Amino acid sequence: MGLLNFLKRIEPDKKKSPFLHTLYDGFFTFAYAPDSVTKEGVHVRDGMDLKRTMVMVVLAMQLCYVFGTYNIGHQHFVAAGQYLGFLEGFHLKLTHGLIKLLPIFLWTHIIGLGIEFWFAAKKGHAIEEGFLVSGALIPLIMPPDIPIWILCVSVAFAVILGKEAFGGTGMNIWNVALLARVFVFFAYPTTISGDEVWVSGFESMASGAVAEYGWAHGLFDKLFSWMDIDVFPAAAAVVDGYSGATPLALAYQGGWENVTATFSESQMFWGSIPGSIGETSKPLILIGAAILLATGIASWRIMLSMFIGAAIMGMMLNGWGATPFMTVPWQYQFYMGSFFFAMAFMATDPVTAASTNTGKWIYGLLIGMIGMLIRVINPAYPEGWMLAILFLNTFAPLIDHYVLEGNMKRRMKASAAAVSSHSVHSENEVTHA
Amino acid sequence: MLLAALFLIAGVLTLAFFLSVSDNLIQIEAQKQGIDTRKKNLSVFPSLGNLFGKPAPEFADKSKFHNLKQGHDLKLVGSASGTPVKANVSRYALKPTDFRGIAPIPKMEVAVGDEVLAGQPVFYDKLSPEIKYVAPVSGEVVELRRGAKRAVSHIVILADKEQKHKQHDILNVDTASKQDIINYLQAAGAWNLLNQRPFDIIADPTVTPDNIFISTFSTAPLAPDNSALLDGRTADLQEAIDTLSRLTSGKVYLGLDGRGNSPHPTLSKVTGAEKHYFNGKHPAGNVGVQIHHTAPIKNNSAVWTLTLEGALTLGRLMNAGIYDSSKIVALTGAQFDSPQLVKTYAGASIAELTKGNIKAEGTTRLIQGDVLSGKVLGEDDFLSQGENQITSIKEGDQHELFGWLLPIKPRPSISKTMPGFLMPNHQYEANTNTHGEKRAFVVTGQYEKMLPMDIFPQHLMKAIMAGDIERMEGLGINELSEEDIALAEFSCTSKMPLQSILRDGLDMMREQG
Repeated sequence: MGLLNFLKRIEPDKKKSPFLHTLYDGFFTFAYAPDSVTKEGVHVRDGMDLKRTMVMVVLAMQLCYVFGTYNIGHQHFVAAGQYLGFLEGFHLKLTHGLIKLLPIFLWTHIIGLGIEFWFAAKKGHAIEEGFLVSGALIPLIMPPDIPIWILCVSVAFAVILGKEAFGGTGMNIWNVALLARVFVFFAYPTTISGDEVWVSGFESMASGAVAEYGWAHGLFDKLFSWMDIDVFPAAAAVVDGYSGATPLALAYQGGWENVTATFSESQMFWGSIPGSIGETSKPLILIGAAILLATGIASWRIMLSMFIGAAIMGMMLNGWGATPFMTVPWQYQFYMGSFFFAMAFMATDPVTAASTNTGKWIYGLLIGMIGMLIRVINPAYPEGWMLAILFLNTFAPLIDHYVLEGNMKRRMKASAAAVSSHSVHSENEVTHA
Repeated sequence: MLLAALFLIAGVLTLAFFLSVSDNLIQIEAQKQGIDTRKKNLSVFPSLGNLFGKPAPEFADKSKFHNLKQGHDLKLVGSASGTPVKANVSRYALKPTDFRGIAPIPKMEVAVGDEVLAGQPVFYDKLSPEIKYVAPVSGEVVELRRGAKRAVSHIVILADKEQKHKQHDILNVDTASKQDIINYLQAAGAWNLLNQRPFDIIADPTVTPDNIFISTFSTAPLAPDNSALLDGRTADLQEAIDTLSRLTSGKVYLGLDGRGNSPHPTLSKVTGAEKHYFNGKHPAGNVGVQIHHTAPIKNNSAVWTLTLEGALTLGRLMNAGIYDSSKIVALTGAQFDSPQLVKTYAGASIAELTKGNIKAEGTTRLIQGDVLSGKVLGEDDFLSQGENQITSIKEGDQHELFGWLLPIKPRPSISKTMPGFLMPNHQYEANTNTHGEKRAFVVTGQYEKMLPMDIFPQHLMKAIMAGDIERMEGLGINELSEEDIALAEFSCTSKMPLQSILRDGLDMMREQG
């Protein structure tokens, strides 16, 4: 109890310094579950709260973080033509990955949580847990080479306009993490589009472009040379013929054959391919999805119907077959891009998804179909889940509206029948008995 | 090969699509014809309940056996069973505040020092003076306790050793007119045993209820088994059913436990009521849930409900001409040294009922009713009229290091992130900690799993908060009472006060008329 007493003693005054108090409250309730007791209504409450719910989602994506970090380094060295084996140069790849990922992670949280804390203090309510998940998701869906300032602007945009403007956690219409991503996509198309961004640490993806190593790399170089192991190569440069293109870009250009010419199926499945940081490795994402399903935190209805929707649209596009991309067999579509990540972590966000069970089926199905359609048809950017999910976020309340209308109509009709002809009603009852 | 498989899948999907669309069209047409498709399966697909649900046991008629999938049994330490012992209680009280729907200031018919008989009127409501509220026991009125605005909140009676009942003439139900029965029940103090839904208020004598419902079992946490109450009371229950049948334009329904054992002989013997069996977790025993599955409450109409105990009191009155408030109360919960069933009368003193039985360790919260929808009681308070359970649990006013992430002590939860779901029969020693702070609605689909009714609780709550009367009515507020939504409130991740929101909504509806 010593720690508790100490924490109680240093509690800042709520009136004098509201921001500090909010900050303190946020960290205090993180360390200690509150001592509040039930007052009216139920006397016993479920052990589950929003903190635990959110942290479970964050835990479910930890494997994606581990793999994503390493894959940043791996893709860097593959572009340089060195350490081509996945596990070769392990320490260098991990170090490079961490050097790239940590700033992204830290800046996401500094900006996002900073805004969250500020608004909480301003409005005088407790810090809500929503950004725990958004903040963990944003780094995973960003390209590894994203400039930090663009990241910061996008996070600020998403949190202020996407969430706080609507009233905070639970009130937002659009998925906050996707809003950050879509902001990058639309606001900085020249910086962030094309094949350049998926591999980090080079000036450009032209062959011969040299790797840029900063002070952090230098620091680790000293450590590695002291340990007498490989250091970062002095003159790493992009090898001839390397494009940095993702499987989806390749499929857009020349169909499935064009993809398999560069990447093997198992490579795409396990995820050692260029792409956004956390979305390449399918098995690890599926483990996360399995955790969310087993704990009942994410909706299986959305996941399943989204998969069905994507498969149906894939088949329909196969039947159409007008472009090379359309001819990619539907089951191979799942090897490429970020379908599973979107399915497990993005579409299932309970706040922005449809809230009725019937609505969830429709919502997931439409995301699957529209997302696959955008992926294949959109000439500017061969991926569709971000746009499809945001689109359906917008329409989720409408879907729910019709589900609820159905429920209300049914009830009203039963009542109307009872009022208009009471005798018929009791007759029915007799026959029913 | 692949192509063939694809064509096969596509073919099956197309076929399924057309089948499903036409199936839905049939259902829509059926609904237009006024057939309730929830009860009669007109679909070509068998309902999942028929395929995988528990088959009806042989004592239950198949068409009147209801398998309810949603819900949760909250298992707590301290259940009471065995033979009821006689409680040693000397003071009893009638609490005007127990009766919802009456004017705030009750009109007294007795003063301190008066001797009263059991069943003698002690106060009435000035809005409907013909409805009498009677003393639960005979004895001397020793105190008129006053609450808000000096209104009498407790009429405390020091009970006689030998109970003396006010004797009424016995009314022949078969020959008496409906108005005679109503007048008789009102004068004898039994009218307030009738509860009217929607709104859960004292029945309005000018209303003819669509149906009258009695649930004969409870699934609430630690709720006592009713068999001790039912032993040897066949005549009383039969008389109650006969009387009630005269008051409704529809039927009297009995909700019976369909979870396993065959029903108590008293329940099998009585006739004249339609018996429905309910198999499922809590709240399958709630009368509101049972109404929803037998004959749902229509808008602009009302049904009446009685507790089993109330029905027996009413039956005894009609049979013997006395108002007998004797009841069996279950003392349950982890903070009782010996949880037990006790025999006493309505309005028994809590201090005397629980004397020497409460554990010294920790602060104890006494609740009349169950932990989900009961009310907190002070020790110097008295048991309310319709209650037959007192639950004692420990207060949870302590901080817990990382309690939300790594709970040390087991706590009840419906979440599969807690190890509890692996031990479905574990009995928890729950406390009153909120286990988290209040948040906005985030998680969806949670309440629906806790309420076996065709209702969207979260959307209803939002409609109430927005004050949208039409939507509240459409989403089924009239079918709900606090106890039905209590389990959803327990499970709520955002710690929302659903019962108080619902009561606000019901009050809003009542004001609208």
